[in-house]
Amino acid sequence: MKKTYNPSLMLSNTRIDKVGVEERVARFQTRSIKNESKKQGLHMVLNMIDLTTLEGKDTPGKVQQMCYKAQHLHDVHPGLPTVAAVCVYPSMVSIARKALGNSSVKIASVSTAFPSGQSTREIKLADTKFAVEQGADEIDMVISRGKFLAGEYSFVFDEIAAIKEACGKARLKVILETGELCTLDHVRMASDIAIHAGADFIKTSTGKIQPAATMQVTYTMLMAIKDYYDQTGIMIGMKPAGGISTAKLALHNLVMVKEILGNPWLSNEWFRFGASSLANDVLMQLMKSESGLYQSPDYFSID
Amino acid sequence: MEILKTYKIYIGGAFPRTESGRYYPIVDASGSTIANVCLSSRKDVRNAVVAARKVFGGWSEKTAFNRGQILYRMAEMLEGRKLQFLEELTKQGSSKEAAALEVQESIDCLVYYAGWADKFQQIASSVNPVSSSHFNFSALEPMGVIGIVAAQETSLIGLVKFIAPAICGGNTAVVAASEAFPLCAVTFAEVVHSSDVPGGVVNILTGKVSELAPAMAAHMDVNALVTESLGELDKPLALACVDNLKRNLAYQHAVPQGLQYITALQEVKTTWHPIEQIGGASSSY
Repeated sequence: MKKTYNPSLMLSNTRIDKVGVEERVARFQTRSIKNESKKQGLHMVLNMIDLTTLEGKDTPGKVQQMCYKAQHLHDVHPGLPTVAAVCVYPSMVSIARKALGNSSVKIASVSTAFPSGQSTREIKLADTKFAVEQGADEIDMVISRGKFLAGEYSFVFDEIAAIKEACGKARLKVILETGELCTLDHVRMASDIAIHAGADFIKTSTGKIQPAATMQVTYTMLMAIKDYYDQTGIMIGMKPAGGISTAKLALHNLVMVKEILGNPWLSNEWFRFGASSLANDVLMQLMKSESGLYQSPDYFSID
Repeated sequence: MEILKTYKIYIGGAFPRTESGRYYPIVDASGSTIANVCLSSRKDVRNAVVAARKVFGGWSEKTAFNRGQILYRMAEMLEGRKLQFLEELTKQGSSKEAAALEVQESIDCLVYYAGWADKFQQIASSVNPVSSSHFNFSALEPMGVIGIVAAQETSLIGLVKFIAPAICGGNTAVVAASEAFPLCAVTFAEVVHSSDVPGGVVNILTGKVSELAPAMAAHMDVNALVTESLGELDKPLALACVDNLKRNLAYQHAVPQGLQYITALQEVKTTWHPIEQIGGASSSY
């Protein structure tokens, strides 16, 4: 049966208490994490990263280089996991597919006229199908923020549902671009729409707009996932993206996920970080805890 | 009412307290406390290195002439606050004459390096004779972040004579002040702060040398370490510099002026530029 937008199914009327959110988020950042747990946490962070390059200047060489890095984060240090996935434009998917071979690293492709999403339904569907055909395991779509802000929620809902259908067996991440949604109330509402329309993951941002994945926004989205899970028993994944560039911030995010959603979400099947520079900072922290020496970016690969 | 000055540290253009929350008292000759200063930790060193690294690109790419102007501005600011430095030096046990000399030397030192900023490159660079059709030249480039441990027996000049040549050549600096005489270091940070020096180019910490210097020496993102006669500490510092091939400049007695203090903190880049042999002309380049 075709899904349709039904506001009564959603808790979209929930008003978000911004001051309360800020207080709660501040508390996640005061947890003391001991050395051994920190090391394990950092390994987990590495394994949850979607290593990303989404630039106009991306070349096949850059994508190949990144795919290599995805599997060999820092060979000097044995025992490191791979990242979860690489995230590229549709035109680079085939190159990534070839570079990754039969590695367990997945390929995520942005689609639907990323990053603005200002295009027609046909083009967005074609964009998505192309990426899937080329071998993408995951599709990161953007919602139509303009339509959302204009109050055309059915349009947004139907679009997500249509893209989900076009994805086939690829998992769908829905990017809300929270930096353009203005309020936490909107973030919550967009989360609910995306989840009900068939998103496997909800994702904060494209990385092209500031602010991106603030903890307040991620918290609000995690609560939407929690409420949906409590209602239906269905798990939805979460991917904060953009602005998480330090190991410390990533660990704060893990603390938040654990305390809101619990252990089942602490794997890269349900939680991801969209980032380009986070991996190196985590590696530097790990090497620091190994050697006791503060590290320099000079000794880590750029891509 | 007399208001006592709070002596804080200087990191990234701000005056925070040490992250460790520790302090130590400075006493005068009669044994009474004249100030409480920050007992900085290795995490303060870490923060300072991050700040210094962040602005290295911008500072090293400023024109040499502009860096000279800024150093000269520092001299002006120091001159303007002469009385404060004199008072602090005498509080810490210097005679009036010695204090006056030290402040004057420090001002002269800054003016001296202000002059060198857009000149040392010409003096120290070279065009090299090679037996192939190349124009071969060597030019200097700043090393990066320099760890500096101020000469310990003085409060002001021991600090200025190492900072000035480092930043003159386009480096940024993380500095541990004199452990026993740190007051002028903090006041000098205020001079730096009001002289158009971008925040982070000079970072000044107070505390135990035995705690701060090893943290600088072992830090992978510090490119050189400058010290003067630290006794027993010299050897372990030299060993700690090995890991990232850090340049270790352990002076016995550094004077306040000298071109060699600038060039010691530069890397030499040699370029082989192909040239044509035109019509048998035998130009040397």
